[in-house]
Amino acid sequence: MPVPHIHKILDTQRDSLLREWASTQAEEGLIRKDLFTEAEAKAQIETLYDPLAKGVAASVDQDFLDPDDDVWEDLRAALAEVTRERTKRGVSTGDMATFVLALKYPLFERLRASVTDTNGTVLMEAIAQFTRLIDSVALYCTEICIAERDKIIQRQHDEMMELATPVVELWDRIVAVPLVGTLDSMRAQEVMESTLSAIVEKKADIVIIDITGVMTVDTQVAQHLIRTAAAVRLMGAEAIISGISPRIAQTMVQLGVDTGEIRTRGSLRMALADAFRQLDTDVVIRSVRGN
Amino acid sequence: MKTLSPPPGKPFDRLVIAVEADVFRSRQAVGRAMDRLGARVIRRTRLVTAVSEIFRNGLVYGGGAEVVITLDEADRMVWVDCTDQGPGIADLELAMKDGYTTGKGLGRGLGGAKRLVEHFEIHSVLGEGTQVRLAGRA
Ligand SMILES: Nc1ncnc2c1ncn2[C@@H]1O[C@H](COP(=O)(O)OP(=O)(O)O)[C@@H](O)[C@H]1O
Ligand SMILES: [Mg+2]
Repeated sequence: MPVPHIHKILDTQRDSLLREWASTQAEEGLIRKDLFTEAEAKAQIETLYDPLAKGVAASVDQDFLDPDDDVWEDLRAALAEVTRERTKRGVSTGDMATFVLALKYPLFERLRASVTDTNGTVLMEAIAQFTRLIDSVALYCTEICIAERDKIIQRQHDEMMELATPVVELWDRIVAVPLVGTLDSMRAQEVMESTLSAIVEKKADIVIIDITGVMTVDTQVAQHLIRTAAAVRLMGAEAIISGISPRIAQTMVQLGVDTGEIRTRGSLRMALADAFRQLDTDVVIRSVRGN
Repeated sequence: MKTLSPPPGKPFDRLVIAVEADVFRSRQAVGRAMDRLGARVIRRTRLVTAVSEIFRNGLVYGGGAEVVITLDEADRMVWVDCTDQGPGIADLELAMKDGYTTGKGLGRGLGGAKRLVEHFEIHSVLGEGTQVRLAGRA
């Protein structure tokens, strides 16, 4: 009769178990004071404890803890909620599983003290069943964690894609496309599209593609830049590539990349000065000195 | 295909290239290895750009590759082995020529990579795969 023993402990020693669960976690550094207040951590532990105890109570009659049983529905729901909350705040997948697994030991100690059958089979059975249950709960928890993380990564990816290809109107008929980070095939395509549509929308004559923020220019990036510049020209505008640092210039030369007809400039500032000259725009900069 | 004898130094990282993001991840690891040796930016950029070419070839032509990064602190060198089990290259001399491509590239990856690094060797067996070993000094 293993399950009634577990039930009795969970039912009668709730407060001390909760306290010990929390302290085991504190010892293992799992209560992240930087991410949670103590009160929040305690509330989360209670949120999980009660549906767990309820599931065990519902399994007393069959005297078997079946991880696939419906009696754990509430526990799963609570777990999903707590996991989501913790993942959002940056708790790692491993920490989250350990958080759940930490319940085993305080319970085992109590089982050892209270189950005193002579040959120990009931104790063994109780420990085995509870272990299987908690392990499957921890596994479930890990699955949710991973799914949550995937969602976060996807969202950040989408946000970055949007952020990555802004087209800025610098002046009448002059737009700039500042590129930052890595230019994978998908982004390169986006840059091309947003550049070309900006020419139409902003009636631009000059497009400055600034690569100051691009760390590595290999032949693929170079090819994208050359293609984009060619497409810009086909639309009757002109492209200037700016932000080519000395180290990028050097590597491009060693790669043997020929930027051919494309105008290139060291900085965005030089490219803009160039554009003004070409469009015959006089910009008078007066410095106003206050007293 | 014969296995290259291990380069001098101690293992730094081992990565698998199966998708485009792995190319970036792997070349970042090479950049970290150069940082570990306190490499100057220009040297780091050279090696990272060179491996970027080789890793991408491994993905595009080799159908995926395995990367081993070795750190030789005594000699201040970062060694990178990129191995794939793709179709191999029929004429290495031709493939190394600037402007030669069987794909849609600029055909300057192999030649460019060779010019950017201290050490460059390539072995390829038709039907078995391609191995490229590069090293840059920090
Ligand atoms: N790992 C590889 N496996 C098979 N073929 C390769 C591999 N790397 C390069 N090649 C061949 O060598 C040619 C030249 O490569 P590269 O100089 O990088 O130029 P690109 O990548 O622009 O074609 C490729 O088009 C391809 O036919
Ligand atoms: Mg290539």
